[in-house]
Amino acid sequence: MKLSGSEIIIKTLVDLNVEVIFGYPGGAVLPIYDAIFKQNRIRHILVRHEQAAVHMAEGYARSTGKVGVILVTSGPGATNAVTGLTDALMDSIPLLCLTGQVPTHLIGTDAFQEADTVGITASCTKHNYLVKDINDLESTVAEGFYVAKSGRPGPVVIDLPKDVQNSITTFKGIKVKSMTSYKPVKKANFTNVKQAIDILLKAKKPIIYSGGGVINSGVKASSLLTKFVNYLGIPITQTLMGLGAVSAENKNFLGMLGMHGTYEANMAMHDCDVMLCVGARFDDRITGNLKYFSPNSKKIHIDIDPSSINKNVKIDIALLGDCYYVLDMLFKELRQNKNKLDSKSINKWWNTINKWKKIDCLSFKDSNEIIKPQKALTVLNDALKGKDAFITTEVGQHQMWAAQYLDFYKPNRWMTSGGLGTMGYGFPAAIGVQVAHPNKPVVCVAGEASFLMNMQELSSLRQLNIPVKIFILNNEYMGMVRQWQEFFHGGRYAESYTDSLPDFISLAESFGIKGMRVTDPKELKKSIKEMLDHKGPVLMDVCVAKMENVFPMIPAGAAHNEMKLSDKDDKETQTAEGLALL
Amino acid sequence: MADINTHTFSVIVDNKSGVLARVVGMFSARGYNIESLTVAEVDEDRNLSRVTVMVTGTTMVIEQIKAQLERIVPVRKVVDLNNEGAFVNRELLLVKVKAKGERRVESLRVADIFRARVIDSSNQSFVFELTGSADKLDAFIKLMQPLGLVEVSRTGAVAILRGEKALLAK
Repeated sequence: MKLSGSEIIIKTLVDLNVEVIFGYPGGAVLPIYDAIFKQNRIRHILVRHEQAAVHMAEGYARSTGKVGVILVTSGPGATNAVTGLTDALMDSIPLLCLTGQVPTHLIGTDAFQEADTVGITASCTKHNYLVKDINDLESTVAEGFYVAKSGRPGPVVIDLPKDVQNSITTFKGIKVKSMTSYKPVKKANFTNVKQAIDILLKAKKPIIYSGGGVINSGVKASSLLTKFVNYLGIPITQTLMGLGAVSAENKNFLGMLGMHGTYEANMAMHDCDVMLCVGARFDDRITGNLKYFSPNSKKIHIDIDPSSINKNVKIDIALLGDCYYVLDMLFKELRQNKNKLDSKSINKWWNTINKWKKIDCLSFKDSNEIIKPQKALTVLNDALKGKDAFITTEVGQHQMWAAQYLDFYKPNRWMTSGGLGTMGYGFPAAIGVQVAHPNKPVVCVAGEASFLMNMQELSSLRQLNIPVKIFILNNEYMGMVRQWQEFFHGGRYAESYTDSLPDFISLAESFGIKGMRVTDPKELKKSIKEMLDHKGPVLMDVCVAKMENVFPMIPAGAAHNEMKLSDKDDKETQTAEGLALL
Repeated sequence: MADINTHTFSVIVDNKSGVLARVVGMFSARGYNIESLTVAEVDEDRNLSRVTVMVTGTTMVIEQIKAQLERIVPVRKVVDLNNEGAFVNRELLLVKVKAKGERRVESLRVADIFRARVIDSSNQSFVFELTGSADKLDAFIKLMQPLGLVEVSRTGAVAILRGEKALLAK
């Protein structure tokens, strides 16, 4: 079958079960848009800025486990996508981003809308390609898709010169299931598995610390981890990226760990004698000061990426592989092993943890006059209970509060920019999630400053007319910046006031979207119900206390067991060496 | 501070455009130091190139460099030669010396001691060619310095394991 390059691209994607492309047309991708126009297997979602296309694809991918596909034009189309690609690389989100390129004979001539896309995106993709020969096109698309999805997932860019899109060749139906150079690991070394179980069963104060790798490993990895935790009856904490793998309702779950994690999770990480890390990477926001990180524990690390092992923290046992396969091996070995955990020690450990829990580190001083952001999220959490909701966030204080006060019962329900911390991520991500799950509640918890970064997508939302709810915790500040200026820069709030805000109700209405505002704490419950009950999209402006800080927090440069619990706590917000470590 | 060591890596890569940029880019992006780097195609049939890269760092950094190199999609194989037993490494040096009279004669004597070859000469200059370890080349350059050395060009090290073991099965 003879097809044009553009038709080959679309046909290959259809054969890979791609259902949706997020994109924006332009000169260098017009042949592909023509091929999209002439078919009805793949739906195209038109965005208003290419960065948003990538975030939408991330939301789509994170909430489904599928590969998110993006189509943008050359030059500015590709450079606008860079932030989203970097975000996806940091959070291991599988994406295939097709970029248009000027015709091959013009490459290198500074042609109109030419950019060195492969050069620019080399460091923000898992891998990228420039297809110069039509005969390489089909295999490259199939291979790019395979690279994006397999191993530690990530974004892949394929740069497509316009003449290649227009050339004609035979379609072969190429399938890529393995490659000669790139060989992701799946299963762990069995001797290491045995050693890991021996260490785990000797533990008196064990903890499981799991992350986004469990989510990427699929729903079955999350349910296996839950079984594993329940079988052992030992505490588990989850990273920002890992929330929902084990349900918030699981009695062994201590909440999130890290800089704004719970007191009990961080104390347990510090005092444990055996740590089993499942699909997490000892990020600096997790460990705090590495010098004092969990000083007395043996550390077992499950990761699919060999470069994550011993990158930040020295590991005792490394188990390379996909979380599901490694957990499966561990669990089988565990059940065959004659040794059991010493229940007396474990009970004692739980008693210690329960004492830490009693501190109730997420309690906050509520108010009758003004809406506390923590309160807004608590009410939202109650309203969403039992509804299988999907939550996305922007980046900042609201993101941390959402992680602390919202409960996640299943994997793939929580989409947030963890590694890169991209303001402007949450709103387009929510659209991508809603595209994948048209009948589920999708709420973007936002800050007013973050929302402004991609608010042009209100137009995309209006066009799609899907019921995304944007829940803005509006404190008129770049809240996390302001908090740091309060703590680390003497309260000099340089440029962190979000001046000249729009009237969010009018803004929403100008796009034909329902706008709401709530200022009175007594109205909160009713307003949130009204928002969720509304059939279409809603932009809700929740006017919250302006100077609220996120607590608890690990002070800069401090250890896990030195958390500052509230403004009242007289602990310093940083240690002598702290500022440089942030 | 942990001990800093120099390690020599052999990296077998698919010979495609942009692969060297990926390898070099990884080092600069992650702040690792390259002492020397060489690359050339070594297997035309299988379309493979071999990169030899000398790096310095702590044990943790050296392990990370290996893992990060292995993450690059077109990289076939990464071997830390220092962990594989004995290996030999060689570098090629070209040195231009401009001198007259006694200094010119002395430069020839030094070249003879080092077994360097004269590959170009004019009334006032020689170009010497020398292969050997980086240390030997450094010593040669140091001796040529006062004798009228005006230019140096060197390749960076290439290396191979001693004995019968090959990196890739034929």
